[in-house]
Amino acid sequence: ISYFIGSGGFRKRKHDNFPHGQRREEKENVNTPSALMTSFKSFQLELDTRHDKYERLVKLSRDITIESKRTIFLLHRFTSAPNGEEILSESEVKLDAVRRKIKQVAQELIGEDMYQFHRAISPGLQEYVEAVSFQYFIKTRSLISVEEINKQLIFTAEDREETTNMSSSGHDKQAHTWSLKVTPVDYLLGVADLTGELMRLCISSVGNGDIDTPFELSQFLRQIYDGFTFIGNTGPYEVSKKLYTLKQSLAKVENACYTLKVRGSEIPKHMLADVFSTKTELIDQEEGLP
Amino acid sequence: MSVSEMFAALQGALGQDQDIREVAGRARVGAGRCVVSAVAADGALWPQEIRKVVQTLEQTAREILTLLQGVHQGPGFQHIPKKCQKAREHFGTVRTQMESLKTKFPADQYYRFHEHWRFVLQRLVFLAAFVVYLESETLVTREAVAEILGIEADRERGFHLDIEDYLSGVLTLASELARLAVNSVTAGDYARPLRISAFINELDSGFRLLNLKNDSLRKRYDGLKYDVKKIEEVVYDLSIRGLNKEATVGAGGEK
Repeated sequence: ISYFIGSGGFRKRKHDNFPHGQRREEKENVNTPSALMTSFKSFQLELDTRHDKYERLVKLSRDITIESKRTIFLLHRFTSAPNGEEILSESEVKLDAVRRKIKQVAQELIGEDMYQFHRAISPGLQEYVEAVSFQYFIKTRSLISVEEINKQLIFTAEDREETTNMSSSGHDKQAHTWSLKVTPVDYLLGVADLTGELMRLCISSVGNGDIDTPFELSQFLRQIYDGFTFIGNTGPYEVSKKLYTLKQSLAKVENACYTLKVRGSEIPKHMLADVFSTKTELIDQEEGLP
Repeated sequence: MSVSEMFAALQGALGQDQDIREVAGRARVGAGRCVVSAVAADGALWPQEIRKVVQTLEQTAREILTLLQGVHQGPGFQHIPKKCQKAREHFGTVRTQMESLKTKFPADQYYRFHEHWRFVLQRLVFLAAFVVYLESETLVTREAVAEILGIEADRERGFHLDIEDYLSGVLTLASELARLAVNSVTAGDYARPLRISAFINELDSGFRLLNLKNDSLRKRYDGLKYDVKKIEEVVYDLSIRGLNKEATVGAGGEK
């Protein structure tokens, strides 16, 4: 009975202390572990390998998230002023760095079923979609498609060093390409988050005296909202959840347009910023923005 | 493609009904470029088809379970070989149903739909392990279970048995054997619990080698120590009353 008092508790040290059963086993078969123990040893290796890969992917996903977020903050500093082009080039540099991380993800997933590790990389990919679609909107005033995104996620072996490593590890000798496909769900979730950034862009562009962007954004956001409404509750739960926030973002943009329309002609341009700054403060407080 | 058309195509990708996708295809509202995604056909009807086959598998699993539950009754012990044989016949049906399941989705998207059949697969692993234990008092290997169920042991070769599903099924076997140990004593078989004890202790040692994450497998593994405890208590009850010495078969589990 004392066996139970000892064995139940210290899960953390299950490898340090030889448990009763294993001690018995060791006494009986000092040299040859049983078939069962051998199997479980191989299970240990298999599970460890799987978990390690998952962790590596989680880490890559976090790096992708952080760098994508920084790109978004950078893009918010864009205006049509002279430094606009600079900001866009810098954002491209950043996004290229993110894509290099995504390439590592693709390499980890060679020969694997992507869906087995999807939860590890989904957050990072959503954030990337948000960043890249934000940049695309600033450049083209339109929504990037998932196909376009995935086209940029086809990678080839860049330098000779990489190719040498690949062939020495015994991979096939064809041109080494890796690709990652952002799933439709991750794309939708990224676009839903994009609408939040576009709402912020709307408010801040008014503060900069740009009274055209808000109306463009309003129309654009409305299309996105219509798209999400069309899907409604038929998609996965996470998509439906985003619908609520999206609706709020759209409302804020529409209210900004209303204010511009009603009061825009009355107020001199240089004072428009004041009209909206109060609203912006209120919004910032709601959302806990830094 | 306009934003709206993009979303219409995307909705198809989320796996929705055929007629909605047709309506979406006709939508032409909004500005912007448009690319009708091939993804529209992606996965529309697979989940429904998968669910249908999984239900048939669950039915067969229930039949096997009902059959094997009989070993816990007194007279049931004598009929063990017959029950195992009948169970094996039912596994033939399982194999046929598995063949059907494999055709319901693209072979390289196993994990996308894994959750649909995970439960029934774990259940079937348990049942196969139970049959093999009743026949030979050994732990069925992963390869053997895969063969019984008509699937592969390796992912690369097709519809396979995931290692975690195998381990979950084995843990369910442990609980069943704990119950069997108790009922064996009630039915007058004092030797079986001793053999079960040795088996479960070895199983416990095996599981202790694994580094598990805090997931459902870990939770199920946490139940194993209670099974071990229950069986040890049965063995203890027998030994202090000298009943284990009456056991006709030599006991494998010394204390």
